[in-house]
Amino acid sequence: MITLNVNGKSMKVDTDPGTPLLWVLRDHLQLTGTKYGCGIAQCGACTVHLDGRAVRSCVTPVSMANGRQVTTIEGLAETVLGKTVQSAWQDIDVPQCGYCQSGQIMAATALLQENPAPSAAEISTAMDGILCRCGTYNRIRSAIDAAAAELKGAAK
Amino acid sequence: MKTPQAPGRRKFLKDSVALAGGLVIGFTLPLKGGRAWAADTPVAPVYPPNAFIRIGLDDSITIIVNKSEMGQGVYTSLPMLIAEELEADWSRIRVESAPVAVVYNHTSFGMQLTGGSSSIPSSWEQMRRVGASARVLLVRAAASLWSVPESECHAENSRVLHANSGQSLSYGALATAAAKLELPQDVDLKSAADFKLIGKSVKRLDTPEKVTGRAQYGLDVYLPGMLTVLVARSPVFGGKVRSFDATEARKVPGVQGVYQVPTGVAVAASGFWPAKTARELLEIVWDEGVGATLSTKGMREQYRALAKTPGLSARREGDAGGILEAAQQVIRADYEVPYLAHAAMEPLNVVVDLKPDQCTIWTGTQSQTMDHAMAAKTAGLLPEQVKIHTTFLGGGFGRRANPRSDFVIEAVQVALVVKKPVKVVWTREDDMRGGYYRPMWVDSVAGAIGQDGKPVAWRHTIVGQSIVADTPFESFMTHDGIDATSVEGAANLPYSIPNIEVGLHSPKNVVPVQWWRSVGHSHTAFVVETMMDELAHQAGQDEVQYRLALLEKSPRHAGVLKLAADKSGWGKAKLPAGHALGVAVHQSFDSVVAEIAEVSIEGGKVRVHRVVCAVDCGMVVNPDGVRQQVESAVVFGLSAALHGEISLDKGRVLQSNFHDYTPLRFSEMPKVEVHIVESHDRPTGIGEPGTPPIAPAVANALFKLTGKRLRQLPIDRATLA
Ligand code: FES
Ligand code: FES
Repeated sequence: MITLNVNGKSMKVDTDPGTPLLWVLRDHLQLTGTKYGCGIAQCGACTVHLDGRAVRSCVTPVSMANGRQVTTIEGLAETVLGKTVQSAWQDIDVPQCGYCQSGQIMAATALLQENPAPSAAEISTAMDGILCRCGTYNRIRSAIDAAAAELKGAAK
Repeated sequence: MKTPQAPGRRKFLKDSVALAGGLVIGFTLPLKGGRAWAADTPVAPVYPPNAFIRIGLDDSITIIVNKSEMGQGVYTSLPMLIAEELEADWSRIRVESAPVAVVYNHTSFGMQLTGGSSSIPSSWEQMRRVGASARVLLVRAAASLWSVPESECHAENSRVLHANSGQSLSYGALATAAAKLELPQDVDLKSAADFKLIGKSVKRLDTPEKVTGRAQYGLDVYLPGMLTVLVARSPVFGGKVRSFDATEARKVPGVQGVYQVPTGVAVAASGFWPAKTARELLEIVWDEGVGATLSTKGMREQYRALAKTPGLSARREGDAGGILEAAQQVIRADYEVPYLAHAAMEPLNVVVDLKPDQCTIWTGTQSQTMDHAMAAKTAGLLPEQVKIHTTFLGGGFGRRANPRSDFVIEAVQVALVVKKPVKVVWTREDDMRGGYYRPMWVDSVAGAIGQDGKPVAWRHTIVGQSIVADTPFESFMTHDGIDATSVEGAANLPYSIPNIEVGLHSPKNVVPVQWWRSVGHSHTAFVVETMMDELAHQAGQDEVQYRLALLEKSPRHAGVLKLAADKSGWGKAKLPAGHALGVAVHQSFDSVVAEIAEVSIEGGKVRVHRVVCAVDCGMVVNPDGVRQQVESAVVFGLSAALHGEISLDKGRVLQSNFHDYTPLRFSEMPKVEVHIVESHDRPTGIGEPGTPPIAPAVANALFKLTGKRLRQLPIDRATLA
């Protein structure tokens, strides 16, 4: 048995400890907002937060999450930061097919958590691992800038 | 368990229980004055026939969209067309995906299909008529209730008003009465000057679901008792299972069964991970067949040889051959572009719930009618026993409109042997190696220029597989042996050249090929537009001016070319050292796009800084939607131009995942500016036309930087000085 804390709720899962967190979230917990894109840490569609840091859940064995805080896109709106990022995404109409966007939003939120005012280059570095086949990168950048500005205004 | 339902339907079911009536309307064109269909029972059927609009007593308006939402925004743009004429309160609109039914057929394809950048062009009149007809009924119902002439009433923001008496009723209140009326024979449509929604940048209706993780894709469907199935398919196209040993695979906890299916060996398990773990333990002996000797290197040799011979004639005007022989200034060039995978972010997947007398499918498909028919045939059921729920598509790009219904048929075959609800999941590797690629092409072009520098003769020979050969599309898309999609963009040059010859060879092999965003244009634009550029340089003329002089019969081309040149500062702006601009213009799906790319080479790598796009797509429904599509199409084309290549050796696909088939990444993203030509013509396609011009625009800029012509893609393969 593995004990997970997902989006503030404690839960137990009976699975092989080597199972990637991604498949526990999806197949066991039916938290389907976290997506599968490549399975080899190349696309970032599966990005979630583990104790507040962005990780690729497709290559994170569930045992590594044992007893730690997992946040997925479903639980992101619980924080002001998460909500702000999501609403910036909405204002700018970032998503197209939308499939990569949970990962994009989770990565962007983790970035802003660590660095509330990222430079253009810092955004590029942080987001480079999250692929978008629909090519929404420029809107993602605008949304991150907008969320950062919004948070800065709110902090004053 | 998550309720497996197509987007939006969940909400509707809940609300519909509370509804005691409502208006449902739908019909096919041409209008025959059918009857509106009233949902007057507390539990409305989920699939009323012939329906595009459902008005609830609570004033909610549900639009049933008969096109698949794969990122292109149809769940917003098609409702806009209806809402415009319906005079609907946009804030109360919601969307539901259409089931499979004749009424939902594409107005020109005659089947339910999303593709060919045709959703807006083909629905432009149809959806507005649907909306206008519903409005007429609502107004008529109100007028008769108030006993006033219809002409004194008007509709606005989901209400009918009678100005003289000050009375008004909401659509919800009128829906039941309106549903009893005969559909009008014909309706007047608004003139463009009266549009309130069309032409405005409207926010996408699907964004809220997509930023919260609620949007449901095929992969997100879970049924009670469902097993996840991975299929081990032949490593060589056309190969078959000779024998297999699943002893080790069966030992993996969670594995429920291993089965031979026509496409390979299927492992059914309690989830993805045990299925994948077990699949790796299978020992399979394959009969690889003729495909095992195939290599793209060998094919290229074969194609090059073919390109030196004329092929079937796709166009012949004048005497290009004779002029080329005699001409003083001739440029001959050979081009090669590789197979390309669609690589949508969501790998293929299908959920099938097969019962003895019923088959229900959830998948992100672009091709409902054909998938539906093939599923029924495979399951041995009648068409009416098969249902398809179209989920959101995590990208389509053509792959999910498979003329052979490959992924749906296989999933039904799996369900037949597993005998439980199944979700067949393709891993990224399966998806990448599963074929149905954009064909590999070799082109040979010869162009001659006369005294004034203008081209006098043009001969273009194209070699590559036909994507419609041996499919149901062959009969109407191939004429005299010419697959129209192989020569599109090449046989119909916009430039005035007196002597033209275009020839085609369509060799066959076992690699499955298919439409890929912009189809034939994805290669013909590269060839034609880099060659035009060569001719311009040979003539010593500016590339934009040179083209313009040849475009007097193609005013839309000239229009976008001038606009792009103007907005990019072509010939005027001072560029940073080491930067150059390249231009290309191309028509596809009845729209014309010019792109000017600013490019540099940094550390041996090509860097695209900025792409200025000018687009003529007729009247625009949602300008921000158009911008999204062009931005996206540029990235799609640029990903392929820079990095995209699927190659084979000994019949095996060498690429497998995003580390060796890499779409453009964030740090490589250029600025993209989209300028839209104002137009009063009917709308034309927008999902694809932004893709073709980017590869030649970048290649033409690179020529200016290196002095070397780039005639092979991807650019990664080239050594740049
Ligand atoms: S699915 Fe985890 S990085 Fe792609
Ligand atoms: S929005 Fe489609 S992959 Fe990013």
